[in-house]
Amino acid sequence: MSHIGQRLRRIEDPPLLKGAARFAADISFDGQLHMRVVRSPIAFGRLLGVEVADALAAPGVAAVWTGRDVADIPPIDFRQVRLPGLASYRQPILAADHVRYVGEPLAVVLAEDAYLAEDAANLVFAEIEEFEPVRRATDAMGEFAPGLSSEAAIVHKGYGDLEAAFAAAHDIVELRLSLGRHSGVPLETRGAVACYDAALDLLEIHGAAKIPHLNRDALAKMLGRPSERIQLYEGHVGGGFGIRGELYPEDVLVALAALRLGRPIKWIEDRKEHLTAANHARDQTHLIRAAVDARGFVLAIDDEFWADQGAYVRTHAATVADLTAALLPGPYMVPAYRAAGHIRLTNKTPAGTYRAPGRFEGCFVCERLMDAIARRLDLDPVAVRRINLIPPERMPFERHTDALGTDVVYDSGAYERLLDRLLDHVQYDELRVQTEARRANGERVGIGLGMFVEKSGLGPFDDVELILHEDGGIEVVTGAASLGQGIETSIAQICADGLGARPLDITVTHGQTDRIGRGMGAFASRVTVMTGSAVHQAAGEMKEQLLQAASDMLQTPAGRLAIEAGVIGIIDRPQGPSLTLGEVVRGDAAFKSVTATFNSEHMTYPYGAHLVVAAIDPETAAVKIERYVVAYDVGRAVNPLLIEGQIAGGIAQGIGGALFEEFVYDDLAQPLAANLADYLMPTLAEMPGFEILLSEDAPSPINPLGVKGAGEGGITAAGAAIAGAVDDALGGTGDIDCLPITPTRLHDMLAGNIMPNR
Amino acid sequence: MKPAGFEYHAPRTLGEAVQLLHRFEDDARILAGGQSLVPMMNLRLARPEHIIDINRIGELEHISTADGMLRIGALTRHNAFMTPPTDDPLGRLLAEVGRHIGHLPIRVRGTFAGSIAHADPASEWCLVAATLDAEMHAESSAGQRLIPASEFFLSSLASDLKADEVLAEVRLPLLGEGARFGFEEVSRRAGDFALTMILAVLWLDGGRIDKVRIGIGGAANRAMRAPEAEALLSGQSASPELLRRAAEAATASIDPIKDIHASAAYRRDLVRALTRRALERALA
Repeated sequence: MSHIGQRLRRIEDPPLLKGAARFAADISFDGQLHMRVVRSPIAFGRLLGVEVADALAAPGVAAVWTGRDVADIPPIDFRQVRLPGLASYRQPILAADHVRYVGEPLAVVLAEDAYLAEDAANLVFAEIEEFEPVRRATDAMGEFAPGLSSEAAIVHKGYGDLEAAFAAAHDIVELRLSLGRHSGVPLETRGAVACYDAALDLLEIHGAAKIPHLNRDALAKMLGRPSERIQLYEGHVGGGFGIRGELYPEDVLVALAALRLGRPIKWIEDRKEHLTAANHARDQTHLIRAAVDARGFVLAIDDEFWADQGAYVRTHAATVADLTAALLPGPYMVPAYRAAGHIRLTNKTPAGTYRAPGRFEGCFVCERLMDAIARRLDLDPVAVRRINLIPPERMPFERHTDALGTDVVYDSGAYERLLDRLLDHVQYDELRVQTEARRANGERVGIGLGMFVEKSGLGPFDDVELILHEDGGIEVVTGAASLGQGIETSIAQICADGLGARPLDITVTHGQTDRIGRGMGAFASRVTVMTGSAVHQAAGEMKEQLLQAASDMLQTPAGRLAIEAGVIGIIDRPQGPSLTLGEVVRGDAAFKSVTATFNSEHMTYPYGAHLVVAAIDPETAAVKIERYVVAYDVGRAVNPLLIEGQIAGGIAQGIGGALFEEFVYDDLAQPLAANLADYLMPTLAEMPGFEILLSEDAPSPINPLGVKGAGEGGITAAGAAIAGAVDDALGGTGDIDCLPITPTRLHDMLAGNIMPNR
Repeated sequence: MKPAGFEYHAPRTLGEAVQLLHRFEDDARILAGGQSLVPMMNLRLARPEHIIDINRIGELEHISTADGMLRIGALTRHNAFMTPPTDDPLGRLLAEVGRHIGHLPIRVRGTFAGSIAHADPASEWCLVAATLDAEMHAESSAGQRLIPASEFFLSSLASDLKADEVLAEVRLPLLGEGARFGFEEVSRRAGDFALTMILAVLWLDGGRIDKVRIGIGGAANRAMRAPEAEALLSGQSASPELLRRAAEAATASIDPIKDIHASAAYRRDLVRALTRRALERALA
């Protein structure tokens, strides 16, 4: 029986459900000190001095550090998409001469408990000469530092003859669109607990997430230690979404303090810190132009955008702008294309990746453009999309852009088939008629559609070690990580199939740097593709070896043996002799483990579409999402239950970004939404019912399982489809040009034509 | 998000609590449900030196009717109103309005009187108190004081309660048979504080509106009645045009606040729409 494709319940859930899970805050060591970060209350200014005497004299305080105390530690470096010129914009672990955003660490207090640490932190006083902050990426360029522009880099992508396309255009459609600043807000805030063992000269760090191996190497470089003298341990992680697990100043400070003070150091971020200190995301403004022919076929797209990077360029470097520019044309042909993305520094929290980075933004922009083209040419929005879709016979399709250092080649896809699947499911023509009828009745209701191509399975490699223990248990050791997405279950399913074992006999060890030499972690929807493929290889190899070993023991040619449910038996002789996997290991001392590496130079590209029906109450400016449908093709679904869970979570976060969540700043660049009463994440009450159509039309040809990643497609088109639906409900005017669509913004739009007496 | 140090007191009687308040005055805060105070302390926006925890004072945990009033002791939790606490229409009104307060964990801990004392203009109970002219029974070492709602709510998070007074009980007038009400609220999410809410309570006499009370919450710096709108409606037969005019009068009566969740203009338009809807609901 194949385990791949089964709706297996998560094997990692029991400790989580029993309250036995171990998150960062659950870890403590005897004699530990607690770290409290003193953060800048000012958005931009020169740091004239930091008074620490009172804090040092406060009860229970072991040390207080400012930028001067850590001047020997270099700023935090990039881990991908490093562009020339970006290095000057990296963040120091404590502010040195300037503060650049509210929330920037400028000192740390280390004290006997978290209360005393916070008491003492209140006594640290920073003298700051305030400067006028830079508020928006679209403001006039300024200086980051003398001689250093506030524009860190421009990302350029493109192909084809743009000028000829625009010259030949039947029409040109131009839009200005923007997306607000929001981010992933994991239930568990960040945390780190470090402990230095002088006897072994070993620094151990708990609370790691997402990319333990990469962070170990980065820390080793910053702290001037060999990598093998630092070990990172991932415990249970309460959500990641791209922002958790990157290397932040606090992680380095905890490690450094453990080394310097010789005592365990614990830091647990509070929610207020989290909302101003962990990576923000999105916050882009696009000026997009399309050349179209009379049928609505897009001859060319020319997009210029401004990305609000916040105050520093962090670990992701140019990643978000790179992905935005590389993937904006989505599932459409677009024979000529040009994108220029300005990475601008402002005085807000630094930005990084958040679930579907660059694609949530690009999809919103591209799909608003498709709707605008339909409106301009008086065509049906579905028809415009349909004629622009890349046909299956063009697969694999070279996009002629690059993303994350790989050439973008859509490996497989039947885009129109998926669109038809979605339209059939909702009975689109009838839905249109019903919607028109309701509108004729005075209701304000509309339909929005967003199509997209996602990316997944980023290489370049994944190693796996498969260990068969003497009790018959199988352990998969991987350098991947779990942010809670269910990798233990899906990896066990893949391993079970490759080996002929039962998923429940398989444990998956992840995120432990002392168990495997290297690892790429969990991001970019890569684990099922990369780790899964490596596990598939290792399991196949182990199966061969097991059959060979069993062949001797059972005196039967290996070709006549099979493994099923962890038992090796003779094919067609159910009553014949058999061996358990444990018996094979116990009988063959040489047999222990198998390692495998899966390499990939290209990503694999799942694709999908979101359809939303939304109604507006014109008197209260309330938006009600009546229906939310996601169609998503992942090539091959390892566990549909988990994929549906991923998509549901994506929808919720997408609704957040489209309607609720926004890091609002005032004119002094002070954050106004730095708590969960003002930063509005949707709750269950705001979630509509949703329908998910999972398809497997286009398995990936570039990995042995045919799988594509499923972590991000639930959010990718949420902004696009919700904006489209609200706009349609407003009468298809194209007025919805920015996210989130807050009631105040909607009220402003409605005012004058709907609100009486205004 | 750890509170600054404080001294903790757990009196067993109202008398002891009053004595403690008398001793510490401005340096002390009463802890009942803690749903506003504790987060403020954790954010160090509030740094009381003394916390007087009244949760052990049994005499404050009551809800009863006497002399035409519903008497709500200071320890009565929001959750006590999820089923009507009296057969009078007031009971149904409280149950319906109370469902909009926060979420279950908040309703289990938070108290009716705590919300009143906190005087948040977007609190549902403050709206009820203002609309129905509740009486606040304050106790201090100097004695007792009954404060009418019209004098109690001064502005956002500011009440007439003195530093040495504890709000021991809130009294709401029973509405009597035949009372009808309509409640409408708009908030960003379920359970959030209201951007605007309207409570309309009315009594019909034949086809005419005999008496009416209209309360506005969330829109201005305190919960308040809309006397001009009430005057327009009293003694009149309801018609769409009359409701429209009443809604207009209610809108004209407020000076709306603005914050990141709603502009002043939006709140004003919400008052207009929700007043009409609340009246329609009360009349339905």
